[in-house]
Amino acid sequence: MLLIPCPYCGPRPEIEFAYGGEAHVVRAADPRQVDDAGWTEFLYFRNNPRGDHAERWRHAFGCGRFFNVKRNTYTDQIEASYRIGETRP
Amino acid sequence: MDNLAIPPAAMRRSSLSGQEGGPTCRPIAGGGRFSLRLPPASRQPAALALGLDLEANINRAAVSGGRAALRLGPDEWLLLLPEAEAPAAALAGALPGGLYALTEISHRQTAIVLEGGAAADRLNAGCPLDLDLAAFPVGMATRTLFFKAEIVLWRQSETCFHLEVWRSFAPYVWELLGVIGREYAS
Repeated sequence: MLLIPCPYCGPRPEIEFAYGGEAHVVRAADPRQVDDAGWTEFLYFRNNPRGDHAERWRHAFGCGRFFNVKRNTYTDQIEASYRIGETRP
Repeated sequence: MDNLAIPPAAMRRSSLSGQEGGPTCRPIAGGGRFSLRLPPASRQPAALALGLDLEANINRAAVSGGRAALRLGPDEWLLLLPEAEAPAAALAGALPGGLYALTEISHRQTAIVLEGGAAADRLNAGCPLDLDLAAFPVGMATRTLFFKAEIVLWRQSETCFHLEVWRSFAPYVWELLGVIGREYAS
């Protein structure tokens, strides 16, 4: 089980959290300007790196907040967790 | 027979009504509960109106004369108040036009008290948190899991825990506490 550092509650067991997919996927400021290829990219395509990965987690059975975690997908080592809106370390 | 002639017996029943419990584990009936959501700017006037400290750290409980505010998240508090108290009017007066959400959840949850030297061990049978005093000090209160049920866990003293359980989960939690308790029966 991972020990995930919630930026609000501190390190907590993984079972309290829900995974929220890749972080920093930004919706277009003006959706009307986005063509089909752009929408396809936004909705369906995600990075699947072997190594550093920024991902969203939600402390579902805790404070209930979404936040971002930088995790190495190969070693499962969590390098940082930071609040939504903060820049990726 | 005229059914309307029989006065209705309106009374509050806990989902653990009829359970006696023992010295180390017992249900608590009654009590008022409110879920309070506040932006930072509304915190001070709300604290004054309620007479409770809302500036405590996240995952800490502020107690004042039988009333408690458990801070579950950056903008979320669980208020445990005497049953007759209704804080809605006081809050509305203190925050005219202010942003906040107050929801009465008195009947959504029921409480269980777990006491005794083995209380932390018994909880750890189904709760994944580190309940060592260094990691979970007296006064800490947080939402977490007990087996598959969501609970709010509040450490009131070194050996006494207060559990807030949703009413439909309460028989499940109660049953499991009983099963675990058999291992620790003296």
